[in-house]
Amino acid sequence: MCLGIPGRVEEVKGEEAVVSFGGTRRSVRLDLVENVSVGDYVIVHAGFAIQVLDQEAALEMLEALREVFKE
Amino acid sequence: MRFIQEYRDGELVRRIAGRANELLERLGRRVKIMEVCGTHTMAVARHGLKSLFKENLDLISGPGCPVCVTPNSGFAMVFQAAEAGKTVATFGDMMRVPLNGRSLLTLKGEGLDIRVVYSPYDAIKMAVEEPGREFVMAGIGFETTSPLFASIILRCREKGVRNLSLISLFKLMPPVLNALLEAEDLKIDGLILPGHVSTIIGVKPYAELVEKHRVPAVVTGFEPVDIVESIRMILKQLAENRSMVENEYARTVRHGGNVKAIRLMQEVFKPVDSEWRGLGVIPGSGLALREEFRFFDAVEKHGLKPVEAADPQGCLCGEVVRGSRKPVECRLYRKVCRPDNPVGPCMVSSEGTCAAYYYAGL
Amino acid sequence: MAGRIALEHGAGGRLMHELIGTIAGRLNSPSRGVDKAVLHTRTGRIAFTTDSFVMKPPVVNGCDIGMLSVNGTVNDLVTMGAKPEYLSLSLIIEESLESDFLMSIVESIGKAAKNAGVKIVTGDVKVVEKGGCDKIFINTSGVGRVYRGVNVSTTRAKPGDAVILTGSIGDHGAAVLAARGEFQLEADVQSDCAPLTSIVEALVRRKAPLHTLIDPTRGGLATSLNEVAESSRVSVEIREEDIPVRDEVQGFCEVLGIEPLYLGCEGRLVIFVPQAYAEKAVRVLRRLKVSKDACVIGRVVGRSRMGEVWLRTRAGGLRSLPMLHGIPLPRIC
Repeated sequence: MCLGIPGRVEEVKGEEAVVSFGGTRRSVRLDLVENVSVGDYVIVHAGFAIQVLDQEAALEMLEALREVFKE
Repeated sequence: MRFIQEYRDGELVRRIAGRANELLERLGRRVKIMEVCGTHTMAVARHGLKSLFKENLDLISGPGCPVCVTPNSGFAMVFQAAEAGKTVATFGDMMRVPLNGRSLLTLKGEGLDIRVVYSPYDAIKMAVEEPGREFVMAGIGFETTSPLFASIILRCREKGVRNLSLISLFKLMPPVLNALLEAEDLKIDGLILPGHVSTIIGVKPYAELVEKHRVPAVVTGFEPVDIVESIRMILKQLAENRSMVENEYARTVRHGGNVKAIRLMQEVFKPVDSEWRGLGVIPGSGLALREEFRFFDAVEKHGLKPVEAADPQGCLCGEVVRGSRKPVECRLYRKVCRPDNPVGPCMVSSEGTCAAYYYAGL
Repeated sequence: MAGRIALEHGAGGRLMHELIGTIAGRLNSPSRGVDKAVLHTRTGRIAFTTDSFVMKPPVVNGCDIGMLSVNGTVNDLVTMGAKPEYLSLSLIIEESLESDFLMSIVESIGKAAKNAGVKIVTGDVKVVEKGGCDKIFINTSGVGRVYRGVNVSTTRAKPGDAVILTGSIGDHGAAVLAARGEFQLEADVQSDCAPLTSIVEALVRRKAPLHTLIDPTRGGLATSLNEVAESSRVSVEIREEDIPVRDEVQGFCEVLGIEPLYLGCEGRLVIFVPQAYAEKAVRVLRRLKVSKDACVIGRVVGRSRMGEVWLRTRAGGLRSLPMLHGIPLPRIC
C-alpha cells in the first residue's frame, strides 16, 4: 500500500499544488509537507504529497552507483 | 518520467545484480530475504527481478498488502455500513475482496452506494457537497496512509463536517516486523524495508529491531535499481557479518521521517492491539481513533460489529501473507483462484502476493 | 453456467473468452466463438464480422463511439486479410438523448466511413426507454473480400516469426480512462482510433508472407499476444524497451498503477511474419502515416502446448505476461 509517485510541482495554491507526473496533472494536498516551491519534486500517495524529494541526494546516489559499478 | 526512468536503467541493474550474485556465490548457502510492502511485491513481479539472481536467493513476500492482512471481521464492518445505507468511500483495492461470496463490487452492482476514491480528500469533498448523506470511509493501510486520514479527520473537525466517519483498520509496520523476526520457522536473513512507510516514520524505529534480532535491514525505494541495490547491500552485510539498518532510499526517506505527518498521526490515533490475517493479534500493531475523535468513529456511530468469518476452504492466504508459504503451495492457486475468480484477498488485491506472482508467472 | 454475468465477462480478458466459447458451443457455431467468419463462395472468400460498441463515455479525446464503430469493424476485417467494403449500422438510442448529439455521432460515422473507404449500405434504429441503454449503443457488421493468396489466422504463427507492432500502445484505453474523470487527472492522452486498411494493402501489394494479423483492442497488447500464442500453440517473447509508449500514456499509467500492456488500442496492428521478412516489412510500414512508428518487438521463440507470452523487462528481468483477468481497476495505494 505504498504506491507513491514522484511528480513535479507546477503551481502552488495554498494548501494544494498542481503536480505533473510526466504530463499527467493532478491537484495534490500539501497538508503533510512544508515549504514546497514550483520546480520541487514531491512523492504523492493517494492525492497527498508525503515528502519533498531531495534531488541532490538522488543525483549523487545515481552517480555513485554508476561510478562504483563501472565495468 | 524523471526520478523513475533513471532507476529502470537495465545496464545499471545488470551490473548491481552481478555484484549481488558474486556475494551470493561467496555466501554459498540459501539466503532468505523478505520484503514487506505490497508495492515491492508488485515491483519485483512487474520487472521480473527474481530472474536476475542466483538460485540460492529466496526472495519472499511478507504481510505487505494492507487489504490482505485485514481480517474478515474488519471487512464485515465495511459491508455492514454499506448494507445499512451509508455511502462507503474506499480505495479501489478493496472493491473485489470476497466476503462470504460477495464483494463491494457485487453490492455496488446491487445498487448500494459504494464509491471508489483515489484520495481520502475526495471523500471529504463529497461529504461537504452531499450533506444529506452519511459517508463512511474504509480506513485500510499502513503508516504511509494513516497520516492522510488523520489530516482529513482534523479538517472535518475544523470545518464542522458531521456526516463523515471512519472505520479505522490501519496497521503499523515495526510491530509486525518484530513478530516476523521472532517467528522461529521463518528464519529471515535480511529485510527489505518499506520505502514509503519509512518516508513517514523515518529510519529510527528499525534500529531497535535490528539490534535485537541481528538481521540486516535496508530501507528501499521501488524501482529496479533501488531493489537490486538493496539486495546487494543486505548480501554485503551478511558476507561481512554485520547487521544494521541502512537507507537506500535517501532521496525520499529522511532519518527522522516526516515529522509533521507523525505528529498528525499521533494526534488523531493511538496504537492498539490488532489482529492480522495469518498472524493473530499483535500488540500495539493497529491504530484506533483517540477519545476526543470518537465522533468520527464509524464503528461507534453506526453500531458496526466485527463479525468473524472463516476464509474459504483451502485458502492459504494466512500463510502466504505471513511468508511461510508461497502461492504455488496453495491448492487453489491458478487452478481455481485466479484474478478473475479470486478466492481470497491475496489474489484480489492488486498488491496481494498471489496476484503479483500470478502476473509474473511464478 | 452458474451465477450471474459480471462486468468482467465483457472486459476482453479470459472470462470474456470463456463466455463466448460457451455461447458458441451451445449454438454449435462453426466460428468457434470468434467474431469473424470467412465465407467461401465460387468467386472467392468473403470476410464477415460483427461488433457492438458501448463506449463509455461516448466521446473521448480523439475518438467517439461513431468513429469507433466504423474503425472497429473495418479493422476486424483487415485482421482477416480482407479489404473492407460494406458495413451495416444499427443504433440503439436511449430516450431523451439530445438530437444534436445523435447527429454529431452520425456525422462522425459518415466521416470515418469515407476515410476508411467503406459504404454503409443498410441499417436500423431503435429507441429504448430511459435507462434501457447508456445514451447510445451501436452495432456494425462488415463484409469485405479476402485478398487472394492471403491466409492469415491466429493459428498460423510459427516458431521463428518476428512480431511487429505498428505504433504506440495504450492510447485509446488511456483516453477512455482519462475521459471518465474518476480520478481527477488531467492528461494529454488521445485515442489512436484509425482504420488499418492501408497497412495490409501495402504489405499484400508487395506479396508479404503474412502469418497472423491481430489488433490489440480490449485487453491490450498482452491479451492479444496470448490469443495468438494459445491458438498457434507457441511461446512468444517480447522486449519491453522495444515497445513504443507515449510519454503522456506512460505518466498516466504510472499514476494509476496500471500497465499500458493491458490498455486497448484502436489504431494498431500486430503482425507475425517470418523473421527474414521483418526488416522489409518495417520499412514498408514506416512509410505510412498510420504505422510510422512500426517496429519489431519480439519473436516467436518456440512451441508451447498451452501458449505462453514472456516479457523481457527494461530492467533485464524475464516475466510471464498473462491475459488480462477482470477489469484493470487502477491501483491506488
